[in-house]
Amino acid sequence: MIDYDKVLSKTAVEMKPSGIRKFFDIAQTIEGVISLGVGEPDFKTPWKIRQAAIDSLEKGKTVYTANAGLIELRKEISKYFERTINIKYAPEEEIVVTVGGSEAIDISIRTIVEPGDEVLIVEPCFVCYSPIVSLSGGVPVVIETKAENEFRLMPEELKAKITDKTKLLILPYPNNPTGAIMERENLEAIAEVLRDTNIMVISDEIYSELTYSGEHCSIAEIDGMKERTIVINGFSKSFAMTGWRLGFMAGPKDVIKHCLKLHQYAIMSSPTTSQYAAVVALQSCEKDIEKMRNEYNMRRRYIVDAFNKLGLDCFAPQGAFYVFPCIKSTGMTSDDFCEKLIFSKKVAVVPGTAFGKSGEGFVRVSYAYSINHLQEAVKRIAEFLEEIK
Amino acid sequence: MNSLIKLLKTNARLTNAELAVMLGKTEQEVAEDIKKLECDGVIKGYSAIIDESAIDTNSVYAFIELKVTPQSQSGFDEIANEISQYEQVESVKLMSGAYDISVAVTGGNIRDVSQFVSQKLAAIDAVQSTATHFVLKSYKDNGIIINGDETDERGMISP
Repeated sequence: MIDYDKVLSKTAVEMKPSGIRKFFDIAQTIEGVISLGVGEPDFKTPWKIRQAAIDSLEKGKTVYTANAGLIELRKEISKYFERTINIKYAPEEEIVVTVGGSEAIDISIRTIVEPGDEVLIVEPCFVCYSPIVSLSGGVPVVIETKAENEFRLMPEELKAKITDKTKLLILPYPNNPTGAIMERENLEAIAEVLRDTNIMVISDEIYSELTYSGEHCSIAEIDGMKERTIVINGFSKSFAMTGWRLGFMAGPKDVIKHCLKLHQYAIMSSPTTSQYAAVVALQSCEKDIEKMRNEYNMRRRYIVDAFNKLGLDCFAPQGAFYVFPCIKSTGMTSDDFCEKLIFSKKVAVVPGTAFGKSGEGFVRVSYAYSINHLQEAVKRIAEFLEEIK
Repeated sequence: MNSLIKLLKTNARLTNAELAVMLGKTEQEVAEDIKKLECDGVIKGYSAIIDESAIDTNSVYAFIELKVTPQSQSGFDEIANEISQYEQVESVKLMSGAYDISVAVTGGNIRDVSQFVSQKLAAIDAVQSTATHFVLKSYKDNGIIINGDETDERGMISP
């Protein structure tokens, strides 16, 4: 018999499964659940994008692309960055098309982090940063953001965690799970702390198109930051293309060329069909994005108002498609609240703790659902709160 | 205004308070906007979207194409208005293309509709010909999918 304990990598074995997993397993066993737990759009990919994929298949475009991605696509991505965050990235050497934003996160962390390096992770946040840092032997150093600051990263919180070993800051805004954003002045303050250091920034901006107050701002736009920032974005959230697995990253060519080696050895090139579809997405789908954003915005206003009326304090998030109401008034932990809610009212929301310890006392509610669906869920949550009084 | 219209088209029963929250306006502003849309004739009324076949499986819905001789003074208006008076007529539209007027009709059964066409519509002097198309099945009406089995394929929970 083979002894797996001797075969498997200790790092992999010790890697914790995502905090969402346990709750997912519970939800699976219950019939008729109304879910507010999903982190992907409820819209279908706009038809012309799907059509472009079909056309490319009909023409037999089924071979590998360049490692970094189709040059037409990289050119469109370059234009996209220029029109959205006003930064020029060279399509030939500063952009890589990746398998979702996830791969971009993975290869950029692995290109930078060495054993012992400290990586600053702003929590609550998406679940993958810490495990990937650990995989590289890096040390995740958590910065907990606070509800009273609307979950923005404050410069003094950042400063307090920087040591000689700090190599990287991962900046996840607009934020999953809180819906928080960083406005230009917030980013200026962060840039001020980083400008004279040797610390790199990975700015995960996958929700950038879902910003509801003013324009999204990237930290790479701030003076002196482009040279120390890798910007990550993708098609999943903004174009409702989660299943296409396509993202992209941009940064200084001396960093990107090494990221590209990791991409090349692990992936070769991102899915060809998806890439052809993505060209059309960037060329002609601005109106579709706007339509979806308007729809999310209406739902956002509805759900924030509904939770506040229920007595669960909820700041009005300005980004992504999540609200992060505080459930401390019920006296329960996040885990308890979510378990009781799903068992008694069959409504699934995600415990804030799935996104870091600082999520305790909060739950994540996705509003990537129709208004009718949200109304039914709110009704059930109201009944639940009444019953536990 | 467009967002308001869109919301009302999907669900006319949303209260002004609910609409106000979703649109980021006050209740009074929403009430005024709706009033204006009504006064300007943009909103003509509020009705439920009914799947007739769910009430009475024999009921039928038909589109009838009419070729009409235009009248010297009124063109097609007089005939169209006359047809609009019938209770069983759901909609009357002047069309471009191969025929002139499109009439949507409901009836308790096929015979009802056939009789209406032959005895009422075809009997109008200016009507040169009729072509009746019975609806076999409705999938989407007024922007609402009424016979779809669209399920949410997303998992229950994802990061």
